[in-house]
Amino acid sequence: MGLTVEGLTVRYGSLAAVSDVDLAVADGSVVALLGPSGCGKSTLLRAVAGLEPPAAGRVCWDGADLAGVPVHRREFGLVFQDGQLFPHRDVAGNVAFGLGMRGVPRASARERVAELLDLVGLAGYEARRSTELSGGEQQRVALARALAPRPRLLLLDEPLSALDRALREQLALDLARVLTGTTALVVTHDHDEAFTLADHVAVMRAGRIVQTGPPTKVWREPADEETARFLGCGAFVPATVHNGVATCELGAVELPWAPPGEAVLGLRPTALRPAVTGVKGDVVQRVHRRDHVRLRVRLEDGHEVDAVAGVLDVADTVTLALDPDGVALISRRERPSGRGRPSSR
Amino acid sequence: MPLGFLAVFFVWPVVAILRLGLGEGGVLTVLASPETWRLVAFTVGQAAASTAVALVAGLPVAFLLARTSLPGLGFVRVVILVPFVLPTVVVGLAFRTLLPDGGAFAIVLANSFFNVAVVARTVAGLWSHLDRRAPDAARSLGASPLRAFTSVTLPALAPAIGSAAAVVFLFCATSFGVVLILGGSRLRTLETEIYLRTVELLDLSGAAALSLLQLAAVVAALSVGAVARRRRESALRLRAPASVARRPSGGEWVVVGVALAVVGSLMLPIVVLVSRSLAGGLAGYRALGSTGYAGSLQVSGVDAALNSVRAATDATFLAVTLGALASVVLVSLSRSRVRRGFVETMDTALMLPLGVSAVTVGFGYLITLNLLPGDLRTSPVLVPLAQALVVTPLVIRLLLPVLRSIDSRLRQAAASLGASPLRVWREVDVPLAGRSLLTAIAFGYVVALGEFGATSFLARPDTATLPVAIARLLSRPGELNNQMAYAACTLLILVTIAAVAIVESVRVPGRAAVGEF
Repeated sequence: MGLTVEGLTVRYGSLAAVSDVDLAVADGSVVALLGPSGCGKSTLLRAVAGLEPPAAGRVCWDGADLAGVPVHRREFGLVFQDGQLFPHRDVAGNVAFGLGMRGVPRASARERVAELLDLVGLAGYEARRSTELSGGEQQRVALARALAPRPRLLLLDEPLSALDRALREQLALDLARVLTGTTALVVTHDHDEAFTLADHVAVMRAGRIVQTGPPTKVWREPADEETARFLGCGAFVPATVHNGVATCELGAVELPWAPPGEAVLGLRPTALRPAVTGVKGDVVQRVHRRDHVRLRVRLEDGHEVDAVAGVLDVADTVTLALDPDGVALISRRERPSGRGRPSSR
Repeated sequence: MPLGFLAVFFVWPVVAILRLGLGEGGVLTVLASPETWRLVAFTVGQAAASTAVALVAGLPVAFLLARTSLPGLGFVRVVILVPFVLPTVVVGLAFRTLLPDGGAFAIVLANSFFNVAVVARTVAGLWSHLDRRAPDAARSLGASPLRAFTSVTLPALAPAIGSAAAVVFLFCATSFGVVLILGGSRLRTLETEIYLRTVELLDLSGAAALSLLQLAAVVAALSVGAVARRRRESALRLRAPASVARRPSGGEWVVVGVALAVVGSLMLPIVVLVSRSLAGGLAGYRALGSTGYAGSLQVSGVDAALNSVRAATDATFLAVTLGALASVVLVSLSRSRVRRGFVETMDTALMLPLGVSAVTVGFGYLITLNLLPGDLRTSPVLVPLAQALVVTPLVIRLLLPVLRSIDSRLRQAAASLGASPLRVWREVDVPLAGRSLLTAIAFGYVVALGEFGATSFLARPDTATLPVAIARLLSRPGELNNQMAYAACTLLILVTIAAVAIVESVRVPGRAAVGEF
């Protein structure tokens, strides 16, 4: 059954950091709690760990309320953004800490430590001082330390945010491998990270969960415009979906998964690319990125849109068409603000 | 429990003094007397001058410790700490030897001699964490090195300088042993006047009124210090200390030179004392077995030393227990969701004994503790109790900042791994604060050993401690007495240096060493 959170509210004074949240993490699945900073996701994680007392609602494991269970009896592993290794213990001492608390005999603890260090790619690091490790290594040790006592649930609070970009991408892949089969709740503000790690994503905003679903579903069909903005959409246009094709004033795009009816298309910077047929416009600005060029294009009707092009496409006028990979679809329950016109931030 | 101890052995005696002072109308008489205001002026004047000298001498040393990576800095750390824990009597004697007719000048120098370490270590503590790139940015914007220092570094250091200055001012204003030995009955501060009125003139209500005056001043100074401390906790960009220390260059060598000169002059009084003790061969040391020239003491020097050791051991045990408990309570309170103001008030209340003159405490004991069962006034436990009161705030100041600096998430990580709250203390807080605890024990012991103000009130002639015996020897004629006093001082210096060296040798890499004031 795993973790269930029902109607949870956490208050700091008069401020409700988390209000009336329902959430479930099924046994063996990884759920990412995704949201901008300050949305209450870390507070929710801390409440699950037992570090923040809830003002209302319940945190349950396998249906049993954990209200009276203190942090150290919950058997939930915890990994912080910056490791928080014990500076007075070496690497083995850190990883073995939870085993010692559970009274695991020394010999089998040593075996388990070696096994976990191997798992996180730090075999042989036992005697290193924890203060001498690099940021990435510290985070790997923190992960091994949390996993060693075989926690029922692993809680990760922005586990990769303190690392630099290259390291983050490498460790994200490693983490995804390690987390396979584990029950885990990951808090992150980075949607790439969430989609890499999780089977299920819960999007949080201003203390509430606004959408839950599998990563692809959340990515393609954000619950509302605000969520779509958070997931990278910069502009919105009204559209009609018919037979898996969405049509708007910028042209038509094939979205086989889209339900028919009125909708709003959210456009990511990659939504428009140069094509043989489509809408015409003048390039007003271009910025080189790693493997593409970002364009700012003024359309014939005077509106400006973002687009991407190959590094070699450097003409002053372009013809743009929609790319299905850069488009998100918002069902027409909430009306967008810039109705009838492409609106941008 | 720490608060209970504070209540019985600190608040009660002090309140009794207040009542005595207020009750007999002594306050008005004393306040109206021009003599009182001359005392206040001299007390404040010498304290301000001493603070200024300590700041001027301490800042270059702070730079040396915080910003440079030179060989031998460990030695400098030891040297500047020794004066801070030297018994006041020893320092008084040293300066009397150096400047026989020094008067107020000698008092100012001696007081600042004690406190260079407070300034240097408090300021260096912050300085070594300041981001070096802020002054670098100022330089790149066209500021000269001096200008970058005055417009960027100095304002950033201001909170540390302010809190160090407040504490040093407090120490200097209530300094007792030094003023008594160097000023005698000619140059008096409130502190020595309280002592003289009580012991020699038996003017209890006058003494109480003066104590009252002093208490008010101390509370004011402590509040200033608390405000400065709070400001220091405000957002400063701090860096790991390793990345800010480098070899000095250009004009910085001048500062290093000044700092080394300060350190050298800190050693001078110590060297003078030791050499004087050996001037007449080993006569002074041999005389320690006796009661001095013509029976100046009621106990032999060796017995006085044993008294000192016994009292200091008890006092240290008591003070470390109480101080550790108080720190744990304070830090637990601030970790839980208790109102911040309450915690700060408790914190400041526990600091009070540090500032309230030891003489006031000793005097308060004399007038209250006969009311307790077993008549504590004649009991040998009185001296350790009073010493513990003086040492406890020091223990708290050493432990509390370190406990506070432990990241709460480190403790949460331990809890999530299955450690119960008690186990978290054992596995996280105790190992991380262990070095500071050792420091507190060693410093507490040395301070108790050298405590003079309260002890001189409470020790009876047959239970005299070494500092009390030294003061007595100095007040009696006879070359042998002087020799013996020098020898006893040397003994105390040796014990002090040993304690400081032990503390400095157990240095845990990468962690803030000793707490601040």
